[in-house]
Amino acid sequence: MDRAISRTFIAYVEDKPGVLNRVVSLFRRRGYNIESLTVGRTHEPGVSRLTMITTADEDTARRLEANLYKLVNVLRVRDLTAIPSVSRDLALIKVKASAAERAEILEITKVFRARVVDIATDALIVEITGEQDKIDGLVALLKPFGILEMVNSGMVAMTRSAEAAPVEPPSGTRPQRASSAA
Amino acid sequence: MQRTGAQVIWEVLAREGVEVCFGYPGGAIMPAYDALLEYEVRHVLVRHEQGAAHMADGYARASGKVGVAVATSGPGALNLVTGIATAMMDSSPIVCVTGQVAASLLGTDGFQETDLTGVTLPITKHNYLVTTADEIAPALREAFYIARSGRPGPVVVDITKDAQQASTDFEWDDRPVELPGYRVPTPVLPATLTRALELIHGAKRPVILAGHGVIESGASAELVRFAETAQIPVAITLLGLSGFPASHPLSLGMMGMHGEAWVNTAIQEADLLLAFGMRFDDRVTGKLATYAPHARKIHIDIDASEINKNVKVDLPIVSDLRQTLLALQPQLERQERGEWLARIASLKGETAVRDIQALPDDGHLYAAHVMHDLWRLTEGKALVVTDVGQHQMWEAQYYKHDYPRKLLTSGGLGTMGFALPAAIGARFAQPQDEVWAIAGDGGFQMTAAELATCAQEQIKINIAVINNGYLGMVRQWQEFFYDRRYSATPMKSPDFVKLAEAHGLQGTVVTRRDQVAAAVEAARKEPGTFLVEFRVEKEDSVYPMVPAGADLDKMIRRPHRSPTSEV
Repeated sequence: MDRAISRTFIAYVEDKPGVLNRVVSLFRRRGYNIESLTVGRTHEPGVSRLTMITTADEDTARRLEANLYKLVNVLRVRDLTAIPSVSRDLALIKVKASAAERAEILEITKVFRARVVDIATDALIVEITGEQDKIDGLVALLKPFGILEMVNSGMVAMTRSAEAAPVEPPSGTRPQRASSAA
Repeated sequence: MQRTGAQVIWEVLAREGVEVCFGYPGGAIMPAYDALLEYEVRHVLVRHEQGAAHMADGYARASGKVGVAVATSGPGALNLVTGIATAMMDSSPIVCVTGQVAASLLGTDGFQETDLTGVTLPITKHNYLVTTADEIAPALREAFYIARSGRPGPVVVDITKDAQQASTDFEWDDRPVELPGYRVPTPVLPATLTRALELIHGAKRPVILAGHGVIESGASAELVRFAETAQIPVAITLLGLSGFPASHPLSLGMMGMHGEAWVNTAIQEADLLLAFGMRFDDRVTGKLATYAPHARKIHIDIDASEINKNVKVDLPIVSDLRQTLLALQPQLERQERGEWLARIASLKGETAVRDIQALPDDGHLYAAHVMHDLWRLTEGKALVVTDVGQHQMWEAQYYKHDYPRKLLTSGGLGTMGFALPAAIGARFAQPQDEVWAIAGDGGFQMTAAELATCAQEQIKINIAVINNGYLGMVRQWQEFFYDRRYSATPMKSPDFVKLAEAHGLQGTVVTRRDQVAAAVEAARKEPGTFLVEFRVEKEDSVYPMVPAGADLDKMIRRPHRSPTSEV
């Protein structure tokens, strides 16, 4: 049965003013909820890459993809949900840490392969990258010490293996001269 | 060659084949208007920018070419918005060229500054903010290309005043527009065609649902051939009317909320629906859960995002309709569907509208009669532009359109005030046609200021104001669904003929059916715009009617007393 699941899309877009606004406006206009959205540069000049997470069933996902393609500045869209891929989120967590508690916190971060990136007399900042559940796990363990602040970069994702999501539009759909408008 | 940005605007428009544009000057677009005097493009001065957008839209719909509207920044551009949204909903190709404050003032709340690209983002196919003179030509070229290709739509090009004033080296680049992220659907795969043919050949009770895409892709002739070969009856959406000849034996007429009973019943009984360039709008499906429950569905649309949006289909084909029909035709088998066509004929016989011409003239003037008589007197050949409301539905039911692009109406957005300005635009697209703008008393007054445009520009159109003293469609809903509580629907109007005369135009009033022919004759004879006010029955309703959200075949039928009733 077709049910709504959390889906990860990536999109290559032209790096032009207002493009992110167009993408976000589309989500708003069509009633999609953005759970996570990240945008950044790629190795291709003039091309940005978005990672978007939203909850959608199969039909809705296909329509979201089609709607994204209708945006003139969107080059390529891919639904990574069913494709083996790596996804990572980066979080910075500022934890209350007295001198007595510090060692225990450092022990926890070691288990999670997180890094301490700043230490003050009464607090420290932990940096962790990973998938959402790993970050959630660390947060749960740090909570008793008192989390002062936390920030999350949002998810980025990439398919596994040598297969690369090309920047170019899907084959056979390159723009053509319109036949007479009639 | 050196040109100012303002000159570049007209250089590009002229090369895009623009002969006429509709607009209104103002501070931020003054450089463009100054340069206009050096170019051949005809400019029509409107009385409100909404009119400019509707005129561009009317021009586009009547010609299949791109219509152009011009306005200044801020209020001027914002007045275009209703017209842009109208064009977006009905996939009409227009380009709006707007002035914007100087780039240095952008974002400072400068005088007459509005974030137009922000405002129009969800109601345009694409838009541009242009801040330098050398970007003007590429942006305009892309705008025309985007507006007319694929699923057509409106494009806004917002150009700062300093970009218009600056000089640039202009060279016309006639290579095809390169837009790496813009895609136009490609031909259909052979396997998909085979699957479609299997479904068509296996169907016992197929119905074609013909939409606006038939007209936009220029597929009317191909559709006739397809329907005739496979003997499939054709139901038509409001915007699809004129795309398939109403007089064709396979034409069922308009489907949906005000479609005749046999059309909607045929759809509900069908075992295969062939949706051609239509989008299963809620006004044509009724309640989705009970829509065409026995039918498999093939959906051909150029816009992939329309697939499975409202109705889940068995075979989607994302491509140009005309090309797809051409590809299907060679393998399409001749079919005989006597039983199914007989079934529909029996539905028709049971519920068909009596020839309203044959009904006795009881001294009342009914809008349905006016539409029927207009159809008869113009031999069904007029280019009719309707507004929104009851008259729009009566026109759709009683004016039988046989020729593509001869009915223009605001379907998706339902924009009152559309008819008069869109008819002015259509006039420029089809100078040989007899043009009739038909509007209710309410809608006509929304854009009646454009009468002055008709007078100043010496435009000849005919205007039929269907005056029933109410906002008739809302009144009808109040009668049916709000216990006859007529909240804010009774409407007192000016003397429409005097209004026309105040603009130096002619007009006449019709209160009886036996006056209709003479009034139409007078309108045709008058070299200038002529207005006929039809004072029709006040509390008449459009039948049949599927209440919003009801099953498609559960409709409110004509009461027996109505002059157009079935007995």
